[in-house]
Amino acid sequence: MASSSARNGVSRLSHLLSKAAPVAAPSLQSPSWQCPGLAPGELAPFGTRMASSQIVRNRMKSVKSIQKITKAMKMVAASKLRGVQTKTENSRGFWQPFVALMGDHPDIDTKKNIVLTISSDRGLCGGINSTVVKLSKGIFKLLESEEPTKYIVIGEKGKMSMIADEILKNVEFEAIRMVYNKFASVVSFIPAVATIMAPELIAKESEAGGKLAQLESYEIEGGDSKAEVLQNLSEFQFAAMLFSASLENACSEQGARMSAMDSSTRNASEMLEKLTQKYNRSRQASITTELIEIISGAAALEAAS
Amino acid sequence: MLRRQVIARARAACRAPAAARSFSDKPLDVPPPVSDAFKDKFKQVAPNLQFPKFPSQFMKPRPAVPGTLPTKLTVNFVLPYKTELDAKEVDMIIVPATTGQMGILPGHVPTIAELKPGIMSVHEGSEVTQYFVSGGFAFVHPNSVADVTVVDAYPLDVFDPEEVRKGLAEFNAKSSTASTDAEKAEAQIGIQVHSALLSSLGLS
Repeated sequence: MASSSARNGVSRLSHLLSKAAPVAAPSLQSPSWQCPGLAPGELAPFGTRMASSQIVRNRMKSVKSIQKITKAMKMVAASKLRGVQTKTENSRGFWQPFVALMGDHPDIDTKKNIVLTISSDRGLCGGINSTVVKLSKGIFKLLESEEPTKYIVIGEKGKMSMIADEILKNVEFEAIRMVYNKFASVVSFIPAVATIMAPELIAKESEAGGKLAQLESYEIEGGDSKAEVLQNLSEFQFAAMLFSASLENACSEQGARMSAMDSSTRNASEMLEKLTQKYNRSRQASITTELIEIISGAAALEAAS
Repeated sequence: MLRRQVIARARAACRAPAAARSFSDKPLDVPPPVSDAFKDKFKQVAPNLQFPKFPSQFMKPRPAVPGTLPTKLTVNFVLPYKTELDAKEVDMIIVPATTGQMGILPGHVPTIAELKPGIMSVHEGSEVTQYFVSGGFAFVHPNSVADVTVVDAYPLDVFDPEEVRKGLAEFNAKSSTASTDAEKAEAQIGIQVHSALLSSLGLS
């Protein structure tokens, strides 16, 4: 009896209040957190505990639905990860010949630089985007020279090939530093920087006996001139690197999303537990108070008669 | 207590194969390919950041240049979605360079060769495997390692001659109706690939 009256306590009280305080006009609509039927600013004589339990109940509902969403996102990320992981694994051989041929020279001295940041298409995936952005900023500062360094940020669906074309055609550069997250395992990714040199720079460095001196010993077959072959080679390397880096990044994204969503699901269930406890406790308290009121009222009546 | 131990052990047993299955090639202990000045400057501009890794640190180690001429050629044949041959030791490969078919034997002079659509064959004793490749690059390194990177490749026996003929006719039609430069180039590439494929199949 007591518990059922507590459950629909709000409606019962509002009925009482509308009799006791007819001032509660519709123009004085109380904010939702207040007991319905009370003028704003007025101290709530009773019913506050009911209202607060109502708030807690609403809160519980929203936490529950958020938990459902994060759980679903985790499942989706897990199943996507499986596909991307295989693809990434299979693509790992593709860029290696280029690094074997030309070496890896992130510290090569260049004037016109591009920092190419590979980020994800969507959010809610842990810290992977902030890592690449921070690292890109660091590299950007590191490369400061007379010519301004340019940023190119990739992170929207299906624009990869267009972007590659755009860069190769329209932007003058000596070297591109590609910043991405290399997939290491489901829970970890490694920020990495790949360097792609422009054909002119490759030719210059190999002829002048710079960092690419070993390239001079290679015979070059095909094309009309060495420059043409180097141009094709550099473009092919760029495409291969971009392909592999975006796959690695996509893989890291799914992994990071999976662990982020897992931890937020866990957080939500913890929160739900706390809220349930709070709700039950306040309900128990209101029932106890009501019982005491009834009993003491009955006792007072008995004493009077 | 005992039950908990049993569960823990069972869990560990379940986890073990998963860890072994994990394909992630952990970065080997390769030092970063940068000068100390670069490292110092990075620390200066980004003191709170972890120093990034570089592709050469994730790479499979390559063999050193041997003193004597090796008897076998080590071939890496890679596609964007697959590693077809991974450091396989063979006798000879023949690749379709733009300057003509090029045979590569152990001890070949270091070369960078651009490839056109055509047949690549891998000779291993008396066994010959033929692939149709769609163009890319081949590198021969001084240590008798040949890297062949191509955009796409298939064994020769999976092609259907009828489909190839149909494709060639389609691209011929496209070439005659093409209006922009990009369309023309696309049709040209299509014709090149299909006619190379036809002649590889011995049909043209």
